[in-house]
Amino acid sequence: MSRHGGLWRDALHRLAANRLALASLAILVLMTAAASLGPLLLDYRQDEIDWAHMAAAPFSAEGHWLGTDRLGRDLLVRTLHGLRVSMGIALLATLVSLAIGVTWGAVAGYLRGRTDALMMRFVDVLYALPQVFFVIILTVVFGRSPATLLVAIGAFGWLTMARIVRGQALALREREFVDAAIVGGAGTARIVARHIIPNLLGPVIVYATLTVPQVILVESFLSFLGIGIQEPLASLGNLIADGATEMETATWMLVVPAGCLVLLVFCFNFLGDGLRDALDPRDH
Amino acid sequence: MLAYIARRLLGAIPTLAVIVTLSFAMTRLAPGGPFDEEQALPPEIRANLEVAYGLDQPVTVQFGRYLAGLLHGDFGPSYKFRDFTVTELISSGLPVSLAIGAAAILLAIAVGIPAGIFAALRQDRIADRVMMALAVAGISVPVFVIAPFLALVFGIWLHWLPVAGWAPGRPGDLVLPVVTLALPVIAYLARLTRGSLLEVMRAPWIRAARARGLPQHRILLVHALPAALLPVVSYLGPAVAAVLTGSLVVETIFGLPGMGRHLVQGALNRDYTLVMGMVIVYATMMIALNLAADLIYAWLDPRIRRERRP
Repeated sequence: MSRHGGLWRDALHRLAANRLALASLAILVLMTAAASLGPLLLDYRQDEIDWAHMAAAPFSAEGHWLGTDRLGRDLLVRTLHGLRVSMGIALLATLVSLAIGVTWGAVAGYLRGRTDALMMRFVDVLYALPQVFFVIILTVVFGRSPATLLVAIGAFGWLTMARIVRGQALALREREFVDAAIVGGAGTARIVARHIIPNLLGPVIVYATLTVPQVILVESFLSFLGIGIQEPLASLGNLIADGATEMETATWMLVVPAGCLVLLVFCFNFLGDGLRDALDPRDH
Repeated sequence: MLAYIARRLLGAIPTLAVIVTLSFAMTRLAPGGPFDEEQALPPEIRANLEVAYGLDQPVTVQFGRYLAGLLHGDFGPSYKFRDFTVTELISSGLPVSLAIGAAAILLAIAVGIPAGIFAALRQDRIADRVMMALAVAGISVPVFVIAPFLALVFGIWLHWLPVAGWAPGRPGDLVLPVVTLALPVIAYLARLTRGSLLEVMRAPWIRAARARGLPQHRILLVHALPAALLPVVSYLGPAVAAVLTGSLVVETIFGLPGMGRHLVQGALNRDYTLVMGMVIVYATMMIALNLAADLIYAWLDPRIRRERRP
């Protein structure tokens, strides 16, 4: 199958052939750029009140492309800020769960035996907990700040990753190159770091891509309920909650952030599926 | 089978113990006490409050008392709703939450599984494509987006259903909440049923049935469906979790006096005992219903049903 060799190159070709995944990637790049640069380029700040244009419809008031909310704050700017917060938390929480999950799973899968059983039993117990509810307890206990959300979501996010990595590691350690490394005198740490983890990258990347939208959904769920990101900071969740209370008179206040969230989640899911198809050669 | 049930029931006990211990430990780890947010209290009053709520005792004694209370169904006093105990709040909200949750699950089964079968039978035709695109949308769009949009369309624009509120004897109030909760589960069940049925239809015993010249409906109902529905049954546990989590949003948006709204209120007020009690009840429900789903699965799957030893 591989003419020019290499899993990654083949994967890239397969991904390039998947138009849905590519389009999603393009949209995500655009959204990231808009979220990081947009607020700098636009004329309004996220908490700036335009007394002359309150609850203005999209395109009706000069300078407010997507209209304003009932306090006269620019909706485009607020949505971009919300996007920034939601994506920022999602990416950081995914990194946290990546770091913990990959290490945990790789060590358990490589060491096997009693250590493995003990480590995975711990994962099983945490897995059985209703995670969203424990995230709620954590936000109640430690206050409703972005940092709490990040830690609380990251604290549960790594479990599936650890399971996936452990399963892969169990299979990988039976392979010849691990024997070769042992014969070559490599220690456990070196084998895990240099031989096991690099070979795990495929499934890890796929699952990480699929973790991001899940984190976004949990964060916006909590922010929607008022337990997550707090006003005046914008997040997609609290913008949607705001929009829901105003939808009778100002539908755009609901449509803009909701559409943004749905687009974001769709794109991450399609990209994740595309990556899975690209990196898992068994189906081809 | 009996051994299996016993094993699963015993397995749930440590999980419950962890949940109770962890919730208790987390609230005690909290920086500051439950009365910190109010204006600085005079130390004597504060001391009295702590005595009244048993907070002057060592943590181990507090935990012992809490556990003893739990075993009697006593979740302690609410720190913020001064006139209510947590148990009163739970027992007022639980019936509402259970009613909409059960209705949503039943609706999802009644719609999702037939939809999946239909799509599988029309594989790759237009109806299938449309249904599966809708299913992807239903899975990806979160409940807190679906809920306001349904309220907007059916409540505000079309005036078919009430936007929010709840009164006994007005079943119309419950339509939107139940549909909102059911939609993601319908979407997931439809996709799962379709995929599983298509896979089973390729199995050798189905080809054998075809070769014997059995009619299509008999192949489907007698030979394919029982096997195809097994993975669907195993999804019921996660479905219950999704519905219970979604009920927080739905009860808040549609103004239903269920447990979810109490939990959200408790979380906003930082009412430790209320949140702790609610989380324990939710967790117990999830574990119990998950267990029930697993037992149904085991009972349906002859490989597990006939298992003598674990």
